Amino acid sequence: MSIPYEFFLLLGGVLCILAFASFVASILQKRVGPDEVNPVIENLVARINSWWVMVALLAIAMLFGRTGAIILFGFLSFAAMREFLTLISKSRADHYSLAAAFFVVLPFQYYLIWIDWYGLYSVFIPVYAFLFLPIISALRGETENFLTRVSETQWGLMICVFAASHVPALLTLRIPGYEGKSILLIAFLVVVVQGSDVLQYVFGKLFGRHKIAPVLSPSKTWEGFIGGVLSASLLGALLFWMTPFTVWQAFLVSLLIAVMGFFGGLVMSAIKRDKGVKDWGHLIAGHGGIIDRLDSVVFSAPIFFHVLRYFWSTA
Amino acid sequence: MAGMRAGTAASLHRAQRQIRAVVPEITVLGHIRFTSYANLTVFEHAPASMGYSMNIGLIFSNITANAIVLFARLVTAVRAIWDGVEPVQSKRVYFANHTSNGDFVLIWAVLPPHIRRRTRPVAGSDYWLTSKLKSFIGRNVFNAVLIDRNPETRTDDPIAQMAKALDDGSSLILFPEGTRNTSDEPLLPFKTGLFHLATQRPDIDLVPVWIENLNHVMPKGEVFPIPLICTVRFGGALRLQAEESKDLFLARSHAALVALKESRDPA
Repeated sequence: MSIPYEFFLLLGGVLCILAFASFVASILQKRVGPDEVNPVIENLVARINSWWVMVALLAIAMLFGRTGAIILFGFLSFAAMREFLTLISKSRADHYSLAAAFFVVLPFQYYLIWIDWYGLYSVFIPVYAFLFLPIISALRGETENFLTRVSETQWGLMICVFAASHVPALLTLRIPGYEGKSILLIAFLVVVVQGSDVLQYVFGKLFGRHKIAPVLSPSKTWEGFIGGVLSASLLGALLFWMTPFTVWQAFLVSLLIAVMGFFGGLVMSAIKRDKGVKDWGHLIAGHGGIIDRLDSVVFSAPIFFHVLRYFWSTA
Repeated sequence: MAGMRAGTAASLHRAQRQIRAVVPEITVLGHIRFTSYANLTVFEHAPASMGYSMNIGLIFSNITANAIVLFARLVTAVRAIWDGVEPVQSKRVYFANHTSNGDFVLIWAVLPPHIRRRTRPVAGSDYWLTSKLKSFIGRNVFNAVLIDRNPETRTDDPIAQMAKALDDGSSLILFPEGTRNTSDEPLLPFKTGLFHLATQRPDIDLVPVWIENLNHVMPKGEVFPIPLICTVRFGGALRLQAEESKDLFLARSHAALVALKESRDPA
C-alpha cells in the first residue's frame, strides 16, 4: 500500500506544532527560573515530550498501512485492558475467563478486522464474548460478586478492545473516490480527537472559570469544553482536503467526534473516581496511563466508523 | 579504629556462637516448615563472583535472566515505588510478602541492574533442586541462596548460609512468611528466620517490600498468567533494636510490611 501524500503534509504540520509547543514550553521554563519548580510547567513539558513519542509511534505504524495499524492498536488494546482489569473486582474463579479475554478474544477481534469480516467483528464481543465469558466464570462455581465481576470484565472488553478496534476497522471501509487513502481516516480521527483534548486543556488553562462536573473532573471547564471542541471542529474543517468530506461535512463530523471524545473522558473519569484512582496507569509520562490518553478516541471511533459506513461507504 | 575492629570481631565471635544456638531453638519451637531460608551450600560458582572467566553457561544464564525479567515487565508493567529508601547499592535484606513464584522476579525486575546483580533470593532447595530446569534457574539464573527447609535432613544452618552470603557482599530477598500465602489474610505470621538473621547481622538494613497484585496475575496452581499491573513498594529500613525480643521484633517488621500495603500513591 502506498502512502498518500496528504499523510506527509499532515505529519509535517503536526511536527511543526510539536516543535512550536516545545519552544513555548522551554520559554515558560526559563521564565520560572532554574531553581524553582512549577508543577504545571513540569507536567506540560512531560506531556509534550510524550507527544513526540506518541506521534512517532503512530506515524511509523501508519507507514506500514493496515498491518501497522492493526498491530499498534492490538497492543494499545492489550495495555488498556491491562489497566482496566487491574482496577476491577475479580476473584480466582475468573482466572480462565480473564485469560480468555486477553489471549483469545483480543487477538481474534483484531484478526477479524485483518480479514475484513464485518459481519463477525461487529458482533463478536457484544454477542459471543458477552455470552461465553460468564459461562466460563460460572463453571468455577464462585457466586460472590458474580454479576459485578462479569459485567466489569465485559465493560473492559467493550471499551478497550471492541471500541478501540474500530480505529483500524476504518481501513476496511470502501468509499467511492477515496480508494487507497483510508489510512488518512485514522490520521483525521486521531488529530481531531486528540487535538480537541489538547485544545480543551489549553482553553481550560487560559480561560477556565466555570467547572462542568467538579465531582468528576476538576480540570474540565465550560470555557475549555466550548473553546476546545469548537476550535477542534474548525481544525477538522480545515483538514477537509484529506477526507471524503466537504468543508461543512468535515466541520460537522469533527464536532460530533470531538463531543463524543469529551464525554468519553467524562465517563472514564467517573470510573476512576469510583475506583479511587487519579490515573489509569503510569506508562505515559505526564499523561498517566494508556486509557487516560485513549478514552476520547475509543468513544468517538465507533461513532465515526458507523457514520462513515452509513453515509459514505459502499460496504 | 582499632576499637571498632575489636568490636566487629567480638560481634562476629558472638554471631558464631549464636549460629550453633539457633538450630536447636528452631527445632524446639517446632517450626518445621521453614520455607525461605535454610540452605545446604552457598554456591561457590555464583555468577556474580566469576569475574573475567566468562563462559557460555554464564552468558546463557544472563540471557535467560534478562528474558525472564523482560517477560515479567511485559505482563505486569511493573513499577517500583521507593517510599522510604533509595535505590542505591547498599547491603540489605529485602523482606517481602509471598503470594506467587514470580515474587522475587518482580523485585529483581525493578532493581537497577547493578544492584540486581548483587541481590540474591533465598529459596527452598526442596523446591528448586527437584528438576534440572528448576535447578538451572535457581542456581545459575537467579543465583539463589538455596536452603533446606527440612530441619531433619539439612546439614547446613540456613541462617549461617544467609549471613555468609551477606558477608560476601550480596543483598538478599527473603520471604519471612515461609510459604506462599493462599489464604484471604493479606500477610501470614512471620517465621523466625528474619529475627535470627537480624540477630546475627544487626548492622544490616531490613527493607520491607510489598508486592501488589501478583497474586492475581499468577495464583498458586495456575499455568497462564493474566496481565495485570503490579507495583513493588519499598518502605523505610528497619533494624533489630537493642534488647528487642523476638516476638516484638517480628510483630514490628510484620506491621511495617502491612503498613506498606495500606499506603497509597502520593496523588
